[in-house]
Order: sequence, then C-alpha cells, then structure tokens
Amino acid sequence: MISPTRLGAIARKELLQLRRDVRSLILAFLLPLVLTMVFGAAISLDVREIPFAVLDRDRSPASRELVEAFTASSYFTLLGELDRPADADRLLRRGEARLILSIPPAYARDLSSGRGARVQALVDGSDANTATIAINYADAITAGVAARAAGAGQPSPITAEARVWYNEALESARTIVPGLVAVIMAIIAAMLTALTIAREWERGTMEQLAATPVRRVEVVVGKLVPYVAIGLIDLAMVTLLGVLVFDVPLRGNVLLLAGIALVFIIGMLSFGILISSALKSQLLATQIALMATYLPTFLLSGFIFAIANMPLVLRALSYLVPARYFVVVTRGIFLKDVGLGVLWPQVLGLVIYAAVAFALAVRAFRKELA
Amino acid sequence: MPDTIIADGLTRRFGDFVAVDQISFGVRPGEIFGFLGPNGAGKTTTIRMLTGLLPPTSGRAQVAGLDVAREPREVKRRIGYMSQLFSLYGDLTVEENIEFFGGLYEVTGERWTARRDWVLENAGLGALRHRPTGTLPLGLKQRLALGCALIHEPSILFLDEPTSGVDPISRRNFWALIGEFARRGTTVLVTTHYMDEAEHCDRLALMNRGRLIGLDTPAGLRRSMTDPILAVTTANAPAAVRVVRELEGVRDVTMFGRVLHAVVENEGSARGAITTRLGQAGIALSHLDRIEPSLEDVFAEWIRREGGAVAG
Repeated sequence: MISPTRLGAIARKELLQLRRDVRSLILAFLLPLVLTMVFGAAISLDVREIPFAVLDRDRSPASRELVEAFTASSYFTLLGELDRPADADRLLRRGEARLILSIPPAYARDLSSGRGARVQALVDGSDANTATIAINYADAITAGVAARAAGAGQPSPITAEARVWYNEALESARTIVPGLVAVIMAIIAAMLTALTIAREWERGTMEQLAATPVRRVEVVVGKLVPYVAIGLIDLAMVTLLGVLVFDVPLRGNVLLLAGIALVFIIGMLSFGILISSALKSQLLATQIALMATYLPTFLLSGFIFAIANMPLVLRALSYLVPARYFVVVTRGIFLKDVGLGVLWPQVLGLVIYAAVAFALAVRAFRKELA
Repeated sequence: MPDTIIADGLTRRFGDFVAVDQISFGVRPGEIFGFLGPNGAGKTTTIRMLTGLLPPTSGRAQVAGLDVAREPREVKRRIGYMSQLFSLYGDLTVEENIEFFGGLYEVTGERWTARRDWVLENAGLGALRHRPTGTLPLGLKQRLALGCALIHEPSILFLDEPTSGVDPISRRNFWALIGEFARRGTTVLVTTHYMDEAEHCDRLALMNRGRLIGLDTPAGLRRSMTDPILAVTTANAPAAVRVVRELEGVRDVTMFGRVLHAVVENEGSARGAITTRLGQAGIALSHLDRIEPSLEDVFAEWIRREGGAVAG
C-alpha cells in the first residue's frame, strides 16, 4: 500500500529543495534553452555558397552563360577566373575553393554542333559530404544549361522530377530541432535526478529518512514527481523555441507528443535515480549520467547519423538507447503528423525502457535502505 | 509488563570485524536505558540493528513486541530515532522539516497542527520557524531533530549520541527534556560516551569492543566496586603512574588528567607504600585521598575484569 501522504511529503520536500538549489534550476531551465539555441544554430547540414573558381579556356558567350548559371544559384559563390591550371591546384590545396569549373576551348563549338560538350569539375574530396553535394548541384546546373541549349523540338531526355515531402526546403533545422528535443530531454532528465539520492547520502539525511516507515517506491516516485513536471516544461520550451525561432513546423498532435514524452522522461529520470542510488556521490553520479546519456544519445539515436548506415554492432546497440525511439517520435509528430498507428513500435520501446529503468531504480534504492 | 526492547544474541560482522558480539538485554517500559562506551565500542551498530536500519548477522531484536527483522516498517512506525549526526535538511526551514517528517509518519490535519506547535514550543523555536535549519546553532538543531523524531508521539525513543558536540547548558536542557518524556512513560534508549550523562540513566549497559561487559543501575555499578580507590595527586603524573603501578597491593591505575586513581586491596598499607615509594623516586606528593568510585572507575574496573583494553 502506497501512502499518498508519505509520497506527497517526499515530492513537496524535493520541490522545496529544488527551488532553493541554483545549480539544479540552471540545469532545469537555462541549459535546455542554451542547448537548443547552440545546437539549432550550429548544427547545419545544409551546404550553401560553396566557393568555386573558373578556368575558362573557351571565353565564349556560351561558357559565360554556364558560369552565370553557377553564380546565379545560391549554392555556389564565384571566387574569380583563373588563367593557369596551376592556380586551380593551389586554390584547392589551400581549401580556398571547393570546386573548380574547367571549361575546355571547344566548349561553345561542341555545344552548338549538338555533339555534346564536356566540362570538368574538380572537387575537393577531403570533406566527402560537401563534395558529394557540390557534385550533385553542379550536375543539376549543367543539365539545366544543356537542356536550354538543346532548345525545344529536340527529343527530351528522361528527367526525374523529385519532390521532397515533409521538409520541402530540405532545411536541416527541420530535422535537427525535433531530434534535438529528444537529445536535450535525455541529457537534462538523467542529470537532474542523478543528484537527488546521492545528495541524501552525502548530507547524512538518508539515515533519518531510512528510520521512518517510508517505502522505497514512495521515495522514488515522490522524487520523480517534481522532475517529471520540469521535464514537460522543458519539452514545451524547446518545442516553442523550435517553432518560433527555427521555423520548424509542428504538424502533429501536441497531446500525443506530450504523452509519449512523459513515458520517455520517466525512463530517463529513473535512469538518473538508478545511477544516483548506486554511486552515492553527487559528483560521480552527474559525470556518469552525462557520459551514459549524452554520448549514446548524440551518436546512436539517429539524431545526426543515420542508424541504417551504421555497422551491425552499433545498430544493435542503438536499440538500448531510448532517445533512438523518441527521435523517431518527435520527427514523426513534428514533420509528418503521424499517430500511434505508425509510432506504436517506438512507444512500446519507450514503455519497456521506462518500466525496466523504474524497477531497477526502486531495487537499487531498496538495498541501501535495508 | 514485558520488556519493550529485547536484544537476543545480536551480532553484526563487517567482513572479519565483529562490530557487535552476541549482545543480549531487555529494556523495561518507561526506562531510560543508557549505552556507555568509547567510540567504536559498537553502540551505534547496536542501535541501528534495533531500529531496523541494519540487519543483524545473527541474533534477534524485538521492539514493542514486534520482530524487527520481520516487521521493520511496523517497528519504525512505533519508534522515534535520532541519529548521531545532524540529519535534518539544512536547506529547509524549521517548519518545513517538521512538516516533512510529519508527512512521513502520516501525522496530518488537526493532529499535525497540534504536534507542530508542540515541537516548536519544546525546541524553543517558535520565533525561528521560518529560519533555514542549516543556520541554527547546533544545540537548537539537536532539539529540532528530537522534536522531529517525536512528531508521531512514539512510545519508544532511540537516541544515538544526541548531545555530542553540544555545549554543556544545552546538554543539561536536553537531558531535562528526556527525563520528562520518560516520566510520561516513553521508553528511552540512549548511547553516550559522556560519563556525567550516564548518571541520568535508570540502567546502564557498558560496552567495549562489541561486547556487553556490564549491566546495572549507576548506583549498582558503583557498589560493585568493593576495592577502595585512592586519588593520588602529584607534580608529575606520568612518572607517578610508572611507580605506583609496580607496587604490591595495587590492582589498577588509571590517569584522569593530572590525578591518578589507584584501585588497591587495602587502603592502609597502600597509603604507606605509595607515600614511601614516591618519596624515594623524588616525586612530590600533594594529596592522597580515598574517593567514592565514579562511573569512570567502574568502567575501567569492568574492562580490567574482562581482561581487555579499551577499544577505539
């Protein structure tokens, strides 16, 4: 039998202590805002304004038209025209230019003859991601120019007309911020509760607490209550920031998001309590909580690196990271307006994680109260 | 009436170290029962086993007719406990601490209001109820801790070194309070290493190195000292100890500051021997008096009978 009076006393006491602890308050309310601003602004997977140079050995109206097509797009910024191939080499080596557009002397003639013209793009492959994107952009631009040069009446080659759904502009903020909601909540939640039990041991209050008839489960639940509330407030703050500052659409059901977030928060908070009970030291517990949540959440949740592209071992490990499920949930609800019909496997994963973490937290605490 | 607290062969080991070794005793209802012994004697470990905070390695503890191992929560409901170190929440105010412990003991509604006022009044903290507990002087903290331990009006109170580090006046007030509870029927089990405090107890259990070496009223323990005790005051106590210890007819010598207490077989012959030998050794003797045994003497005597040294 759980006593609401005892549970309430624990929750109230925890709230009072929280209100007077500046460190916890900063962690609870300031850190999520700072993290959202920093990550939301800094992590950009968009490639724009790639610096490039031109080695134009044709110097014809047609070749100038091609260069203009590059500069007119927002993807490339022209550094200048080069006279010698050696200059191209120097610019790439220094990293000043990412791409060199090399136009051969016969470009205009070949183009008008209908035999097909060739231009060369030299790309700095040291950043493979940017290089791939630059090549794709360059391909698309030259294809456009070629199509115009061929003019109407010619048999049109097959063109794939790609349309991107959910994130029409392919803005990375739209994928980053919903994922960020999951990552920030994972870090904050475990850090917050990592302090709470260890503090009782360090300050010597645990013995007096243990001498009362309070149950272990009452202590754990009572300590969870205020932090669950904080977790939901954080969720609201980060979501609002994403929508207002980073222009992320929130297309799905907000209540569903809050409901699933609740399960996620309980899991992460319980994990923090588990660490705190086991280590009995505030410093150690926060460090371990940070290590055990930040790195796996950042690397293995699919927040930045696609899980499908990972080696088998990491893919298997990712199933143990609760943020993996929650990232899918936030992206699904924010961008795709999907419901439980689609998200139920993720919700199941989160429920299992929360149940196991909570049971372990109560058990770890139990040993100590003896 | 049956004993309120019963220890039956209580033993606790930590690895190879035996902290408490086969302790058995009973505490009567309304009694102030003291545990006296040096640091490390096993007093705190015993009290933790009796309050259900630490499971015994072997043996049984019974409190208020309940088996502590089997029904720890029921036992905790009926007892009040004050641990050795201050263990209320320093960042909570006086009243918030009282409210917290009231909640844990399910003291609510009008009863809670009445109990809160009682605690504030008894601890003399009425005017300081909104002060953070951490800023109070130690004496007041201890009175508040006692009040919180009594919030649910338990009939049995466990106090582990309740006055360690507290100034003498606060200590005297504290003991006056404990005496009052006992008169109203509360059973009190208290540990201390202050001999003067031990005089307040109805009965005393002497503990050394995890073992119970003596158990009686303070007067009874003193009466058990049949050998006369001579207080020897000299200019050089350490040198005098070496001389007096070697004398025939001297059972034991203990140093209390600059005075030696010598337990002797026969007062007359010992007086002569001590005076002569100190004179031969060139140690000036200022006083040589027969004294009534103090609890310190009793304690030293019981340890000697046990054939052991003081722990710690």
